[in-house]
Amino acid sequence: MTKQKFDAVVVGAGMSGNAAAYTMASRGLKVLQLERGEYPGSKNVQGAILYANMLETIIPDFRDDAPLERHLIEQRFWLMDDTSHTGVHYRSDDFNEPTPNRYTIIRAQFDRWFSRRVREAGATVLCETTATELVLDGRGKVIGVRTDRSGDIIHAEVVVLAEGVNGLLGTRAGFRKVPKPEAVALAVKEMHFLPEEIIAERFGLTGDQGCVIEAAGTISRGMVGLGFLYTNKESVSLGIGCLVSDFAATMERPYTLLDSFKDHPSIRPLLAGSEIKEYAAHLIPEGGYRAIPQLFGNGWVVVGDAGQLNNAVHREGSNLAMTSGRIAGEAISIIKSQGRSMAPENLSLYKAMLDKSFVVKDLKKYKDMPALLHMNSRNYFMTYPQLLSKAAQNFVRVDGTPKTEKEKATTAAFVKARSRWGLFSDAVRFALAWR
Amino acid sequence: MHIVVCIKQVPDSAQIRVHPVTNTIMRQGVPTIINPYDLFALEEALKVRDLHGGEVTVLAMGPPMAEEALRKALTYGANRAVLLTDRHFAGSDTLATSFALSQAIAQIGNSFGVPDIVFTGKQTIDGDTAQVGPGIAKRLNLVQLTYVAKITSIDLSARSITVERLSEGGTQVLKSQLPCLITMLEGKTVIRRGSLDDALRAARSAIVKWSAAEAGIGDITKCGLRGSPTVVKRVFAPTPREKKAVQIDTTEKRVHDIAEEVVACIFTHQPTLQHELTSAGSV
Repeated sequence: MTKQKFDAVVVGAGMSGNAAAYTMASRGLKVLQLERGEYPGSKNVQGAILYANMLETIIPDFRDDAPLERHLIEQRFWLMDDTSHTGVHYRSDDFNEPTPNRYTIIRAQFDRWFSRRVREAGATVLCETTATELVLDGRGKVIGVRTDRSGDIIHAEVVVLAEGVNGLLGTRAGFRKVPKPEAVALAVKEMHFLPEEIIAERFGLTGDQGCVIEAAGTISRGMVGLGFLYTNKESVSLGIGCLVSDFAATMERPYTLLDSFKDHPSIRPLLAGSEIKEYAAHLIPEGGYRAIPQLFGNGWVVVGDAGQLNNAVHREGSNLAMTSGRIAGEAISIIKSQGRSMAPENLSLYKAMLDKSFVVKDLKKYKDMPALLHMNSRNYFMTYPQLLSKAAQNFVRVDGTPKTEKEKATTAAFVKARSRWGLFSDAVRFALAWR
Repeated sequence: MHIVVCIKQVPDSAQIRVHPVTNTIMRQGVPTIINPYDLFALEEALKVRDLHGGEVTVLAMGPPMAEEALRKALTYGANRAVLLTDRHFAGSDTLATSFALSQAIAQIGNSFGVPDIVFTGKQTIDGDTAQVGPGIAKRLNLVQLTYVAKITSIDLSARSITVERLSEGGTQVLKSQLPCLITMLEGKTVIRRGSLDDALRAARSAIVKWSAAEAGIGDITKCGLRGSPTVVKRVFAPTPREKKAVQIDTTEKRVHDIAEEVVACIFTHQPTLQHELTSAGSV
């Protein structure tokens, strides 16, 4: 057996792992990336929306050959009760720009492309190879990894743990705890095939334009959760996710939530005639700023979902993953170029750089949001959507009732459901958490 | 000992879908795999090499993306991979394919040593013809051992090989001379998992790519569409059969009655058959 030694081993070939591997390899580091799936992307699940800026920082010319589905020109936010939705739609021709801001992607295809770029940058990528254990020396420094293939330890100066939300290496080594049930959501999604022209017609799109629906309300049956529908070229992805702790408490089954969501009178017509192509499930880190674990140590760093770097409020994850991967890669390259060791006092550079980026700043902004929604989920996800629907219906339905009476009825319904003090404190608490 | 294994990258037939509107096969996005029978051939070749020493060269013909399949074969532990890729090969039927592969095997012989055994899978899962293996054997004038389930032994000094071959009547034990061509059946063998060293070597090593000229093919007219007399008339998705199988209750009935009922049932559904059989006087 030959002894294998690398500057860096990256565990995982998702967004954060690819960003880290690409960044280091293109700066001349000897990089090995390990991926348990048959190919990069085969095990990766996301809605999925790609945020262009963060990828552009890493690969400026990505639009030339990356498999992108549609660029998004319309965003719909829906508050749903059982029979209706009250929505805000934002659609702008400004999004038909030469370098669009957001795209829908299919991760199985996109990640393959990203991985090809990683290989072209000079990294060695091993698929169908699971990193099973971090190898530590007597002083607790990570010196390499063991895999599920026969052979020696793979030695590395630093290991980048891009192992995803449920990553076992870091938790086994005691670097961080298994995420708490209230800090992860379980999302289920389906991909439905629909001909391109039908998607264009149903959503009012031309060419590569795309539309996104994000929905909350009674669809999550009082749990903290969100539903979504994204348009791809020849398919729509839709799904719903709720906190694992809520699933455990209510014993609701994720797939029944998805079935009801698909059957909702506002969603059903959008899917009519479609054929289901695939289904998937995934855990999403939702713990926010307070759930971020230790991100670096002696010979290791954590990036992406494994580090709980996900902005649940804005439903952003892959961009935080990419950015944390890139920053870790840059920090490691800097330390390496200065000839310093991958000791914690040097790797703290990664955390310092990350703190200055939007990643940590955004998560800090919403640090109280997860706790608030969790405490008050029934009100935010059941009561208010129902009240809003009633109010909207009251407003548009013409039945001879004088308008002043209608408005009084609407106000009375809100007060009855939450009391004046309750309404006031919900508003204040929400505003404070958002601030 | 030098062994050549011919592999083909095929669409994973378990995941092929039919377009719900146009009713055509959707090739886009269908994952590709190494033809499963070829994997058994590769595993057998690697076992022979591990036992007797030597090298295993994998050979594939296909578009540049077939490199993936070859790299995978290297991950399993093959020593060398050759991809035969040229637009002249596009549209090859089994005649043209076996021609091109046999020329490439001859060239592999010139470059890396004459093979003692050439392996192919029994057939591919996308074409299902089982013609390419025998076609190569004929052109290279090799003894052919088809439908081999197991290699029992190899005697290198006597240059002989003993194999178990499945036939309709049972298992044949055949002894033959080397060199030979073997088409492998799916066996009970577990396909190995390549070691870390093999995986790293596979990820890093370059795949030898040959054009028709580089493979020593002079006569291009025998390649690709021009060299292929087979014509595909139509591709279609069969409509599901509407009629369900008839079930006959056999409890508490005498064998004779069951037979009567079966025959009656067949004739009800195949009236012409009844006519043909009775007019021939066989019933």
